[in-house]
Amino acid sequence: MSHQLIVTILLFAPLLAAAIAGLQGRRIGNIASQSVTTGLLFLACALSWTTFLGVAMGDWPDFTVKLLPFINVGDFQSAWSIRIDTLSSVMLVVVTSVSSLVHLYSWGYMAEDDSRPRFFAYLSLFTFAMLALVTAADFMQLFFGWEGVGLASYLLIGFWYKKPTASAAAIKAFVVNRVGDFGFALGIMTCFWMFGSIEFSEVFPKVAALAGTSWSFAGHSFPAMDLVCCLLFIGAMGKSAQFFLHTWLPDAMEGPTPVSALIHAATMVTAGVYMVCLLSPMFEYAPVARNVVTLVGAVTALFAATVGLAQNDIKRVIAYSTCSQLGYMFFAAGVGAYQAAMFHLFTHAFFKALLFLGAGSVIHGMHHEQDMRKMGGLWKYLPVTYAVMMIGTLAITGVGIPGLDLGFAGFYSKDSIIEVSWAAGRDNGIAQFAFVISLLAAALTAFYSWRLVFMTFHGTRKWGADAATAHAHDDHATSAQIETHDEPLADDHAHAHDDHGHGHDLHPHESPLTMMVPLVLLSIGAVFAGGVFIAWFVGHDQAAFWAGSLFNSATNHVLHEMHEAPTWVKLAPLVVTITGTLIAWYAYIPKEGMGARIAANKGPLWSFLYNKWFFDEIYEATFVRGAKLLGDLFWKGGDQKLIDGLGPDGVAAASVAVGKGTGRLQTGYVYHYAFVMLLGIAGLLTYALFQFRG
Amino acid sequence: MTGILSLIVFSPLIGVAALVALKLLGQTGERADSAARWIALATTLTTLALSGLMLAQFDGSSAGFQFIEDFAAFSGIHYRMGVDGISVLFVVLTAFLMPICIAASWTSIKDRVGEYMIAFLLLEVLVIGVFTALDLILFYVFFEFSLVPMFLIIGIWGGKRRVYAAFKFFLYTLLGSVLMLAAILAMIGITGTSSIPELMTHKFDPMLQTWLWLAFFASFAVKMPMWPVHTWLPDAHVEAPTAGSVILAGILLKLGGYGFMRFSLPMFPQASEVWAPLVFGLSVIAIIYTSLVAFRQTDIKKLIAYSSVAHMGFVTMGIFSGNAVGEQGALYQMISHGVISGALFLCVGVVYDRMHTREIAFYGGLTQRMPWYAAVFLLFTMGNVGLPGTSGFVGEIMTMTGTYQASTWTALLAATGVILSAVYALSLYRRVMFGEISNPALAQINDLTWREVAIFLPLIVSTLFLGVYPASIFNITDASVQALVGAYRAATGG
Repeated sequence: MSHQLIVTILLFAPLLAAAIAGLQGRRIGNIASQSVTTGLLFLACALSWTTFLGVAMGDWPDFTVKLLPFINVGDFQSAWSIRIDTLSSVMLVVVTSVSSLVHLYSWGYMAEDDSRPRFFAYLSLFTFAMLALVTAADFMQLFFGWEGVGLASYLLIGFWYKKPTASAAAIKAFVVNRVGDFGFALGIMTCFWMFGSIEFSEVFPKVAALAGTSWSFAGHSFPAMDLVCCLLFIGAMGKSAQFFLHTWLPDAMEGPTPVSALIHAATMVTAGVYMVCLLSPMFEYAPVARNVVTLVGAVTALFAATVGLAQNDIKRVIAYSTCSQLGYMFFAAGVGAYQAAMFHLFTHAFFKALLFLGAGSVIHGMHHEQDMRKMGGLWKYLPVTYAVMMIGTLAITGVGIPGLDLGFAGFYSKDSIIEVSWAAGRDNGIAQFAFVISLLAAALTAFYSWRLVFMTFHGTRKWGADAATAHAHDDHATSAQIETHDEPLADDHAHAHDDHGHGHDLHPHESPLTMMVPLVLLSIGAVFAGGVFIAWFVGHDQAAFWAGSLFNSATNHVLHEMHEAPTWVKLAPLVVTITGTLIAWYAYIPKEGMGARIAANKGPLWSFLYNKWFFDEIYEATFVRGAKLLGDLFWKGGDQKLIDGLGPDGVAAASVAVGKGTGRLQTGYVYHYAFVMLLGIAGLLTYALFQFRG
Repeated sequence: MTGILSLIVFSPLIGVAALVALKLLGQTGERADSAARWIALATTLTTLALSGLMLAQFDGSSAGFQFIEDFAAFSGIHYRMGVDGISVLFVVLTAFLMPICIAASWTSIKDRVGEYMIAFLLLEVLVIGVFTALDLILFYVFFEFSLVPMFLIIGIWGGKRRVYAAFKFFLYTLLGSVLMLAAILAMIGITGTSSIPELMTHKFDPMLQTWLWLAFFASFAVKMPMWPVHTWLPDAHVEAPTAGSVILAGILLKLGGYGFMRFSLPMFPQASEVWAPLVFGLSVIAIIYTSLVAFRQTDIKKLIAYSSVAHMGFVTMGIFSGNAVGEQGALYQMISHGVISGALFLCVGVVYDRMHTREIAFYGGLTQRMPWYAAVFLLFTMGNVGLPGTSGFVGEIMTMTGTYQASTWTALLAATGVILSAVYALSLYRRVMFGEISNPALAQINDLTWREVAIFLPLIVSTLFLGVYPASIFNITDASVQALVGAYRAATGG
């Protein structure tokens, strides 16, 4: 097969899958829908690896398949195309690998759901949109994929549409992403008028010439490249749930867990990072924009990690963890180490998908319980899940031996980020700030990750027969508070699960094989993805590997300088991680109940973290209420009172009064109006004709 | 192919004649009604076929008018017809939506079926006439007379407050027309010709342009409608029968945008440039203000009507951007909105026919009983939101991009519309479709019938096709738009 054919098949296989399952799902049935979608996804996955290895080994040249013109107005040229280079083929591998495993996993996880074809259709549709995003050759297709994955995310978060919290979360995700897309769209417009093109191959070569020029926007003059990059980055902030635009991601956990693993951990939310890396030829000439990226990334890394400390919903902890890890990727890109950002994106996809699917296995085993305070001691009942969650946790906390260069996936990628931020921080205050944050957040990551493991798998059982005693320790007020948010988790499956009950006869059980196989495969990735690929992504071979798909300006040596990092920098991540781990161990194993007591005290710091820095409350009070108030004001004050009151209503009211005088509203008098109207037009026209003759 | 335009414009009259004959023969009752429906459907399908034939023969590489017909009728008045890249798609859009309207009225209109069908067929004659007329007088006749059938459709087959709505509709549109007529007379008086192609190349004195521009603006702004002369639209929509809303939103609103592109821009370029900031201001207000108003509506139809006003804000903005991207975007937005808003009103019609209420609060959880309807409604909701891949996206991004060149502030403010449209459209979808069915009246509601599927299918295909392959349309419109922009630029020194 030609290269062009391979990538065309791999792009359209998921779309075909979505169409079959979505349109014919009811006719062909559950098993057929699942088989078709999963089969086509594994095909896409195999072809993706073929492409990736071909490109990475240098056997394949970079190429672009032009499928169809999209928009062709003057310089505004866009085409449906498949652009293959190292960067996009890395994403192909990440997307299709996780997606095919998530498809397989969903066989087991969604087994009791009665609209499985719809679920699998949405998953495949998502995959198609994501592949279109990563293979775009211009900003229009990038935006198509960008909003397409947003649509799939909306549909999947709201998959259990009967649950009010799910549909609310779906809208929130879409609207917050739209706020980001508002900036993205303005960035595209700026780009078009600045470069006279929206095609990457046209834009990138012109960047250097335009660096240092200024651009007038909304009454101000800005450095051209900084403006366009900042606007585009707003889009990335929305999609990747960065500080200010992050509020949708935790709520997105209302969707089924396989969705959280695929979309809200491994793939879609990394699109923002991918965008910044893809546009590295532009960001390299935008120092201010890069500082913004670094700052936002660093703040997010810390913010999300702090919030993660105090959450009790197993999925929400992982969601905040994702948010935080995305922050790492952003500040890596911000300091100019796009390679390190992509490396962490790559490894993170494996271990974060693993953690989410592992959490899903716990939830499945616990009959849809997500509150970690009602778990405990599960390792004995879910041994495989326990093992893979351990691997995932070791990977995300970046455990490894610095001297021997031996460790789990996160060890290589996260330490690379910490080292590049150290290197960049020597002459850039914001990068230095990011370096400090990176260590602080690493400690917090270790704490909340191990807290999750300990609360879930270790300690006393807080379910089944032991639950009564365990609950006595709990603070019921805080429990009630989280319950208002989480209650429907039990309800959403009420129709299928009522018979299981949540009471004393709860028997946690290990998940079926379809769920175990993806977990084991992802574990392999979580262990080896770092060590195997480090040389390609950030090591000696990186220049040959990326082959120009990531751009570093002539003054950007951050990837080399990271090797100059002194020993204390190399050791620091391990030290902080061990510290975080030990604190978590102390608080949740020997002193079990300490966390609950802190929560019960409701101290100001705990409340601040538990309530996620009060972002939702502030947004609700300002934007949501503001929009409602303004809408009412414009409608009732503007349209009804002012415009209609002064305008037609006076006349209309008079006419209705006349109408009442003539009797009941009869259609006859509509004809009457029409007749008058015709007479009027005829009269005016006659006048016109006379004018014309004269 | 000379004569094809007249054939298209007047072909519906054959159906009208048949329907009148049916009346004169004294046929009444169910069989006569059924015959009337079939006659109307066959007629509109014939017109559609003819316009398809015309489109196939249309030469997209030519900027000028094609299929020109011109003969002096009497006393110096000419019958001139022709289409160019700007008008040809509106002809096709009208012919496309008409059979859909007839089919959508199949069961919901039970009263005076014959007259109803006559009104629609006459409307088709007049509206296609507007888009093909190349003579000012002829244009004006079609433009004004098109009010009458619409007025009757709302006033006779409308809802409870139909008289109020019809009157408001009439009042506003007539007010604008009087001013336009005065302007038309002045133009004829000064130039001695009523030929639109000739007037397009005539250079009016800049001072005079201002007055003429304002007079035309009054008429077209009401039609669009632009803020603040938009309040007739929600009332007209709420009272109009479903098919009436489809034509109103799908076609009649486009008369305003078409007018701007046919008259204001080419004939009064300097004035257009001078007044562009006014248009930008009103467009931005329309986008933000009416989006927020739409968000607060409790009636499904009113919400969609307000969203139409917001979407037309993108059109007016794009037209007065004065560059090809903006013009193409405006044109595309009009065609796309014709399909999507028409489809959305049909979506309202589906539940209205079953439950006879448009109160949003009455509904909820329909997805459970109506999965296919849920999918269809979702697609058009996404089109309304401007999701890439649907036709709604192309027009929005291009009008904004075009406007960016003229005014970054306008583009910036208009771009908030992409957030607001998601807010109102998705909250509508959620309130109607998601959740549990809590209203017992909905417990037995049924999914789409085959007739409804057949009605939606062409609209679905169009929305996706126009969303994925807009280049096919730009190939048709490009030469004419480039000519329009070129002349405008030359006149304004841009």
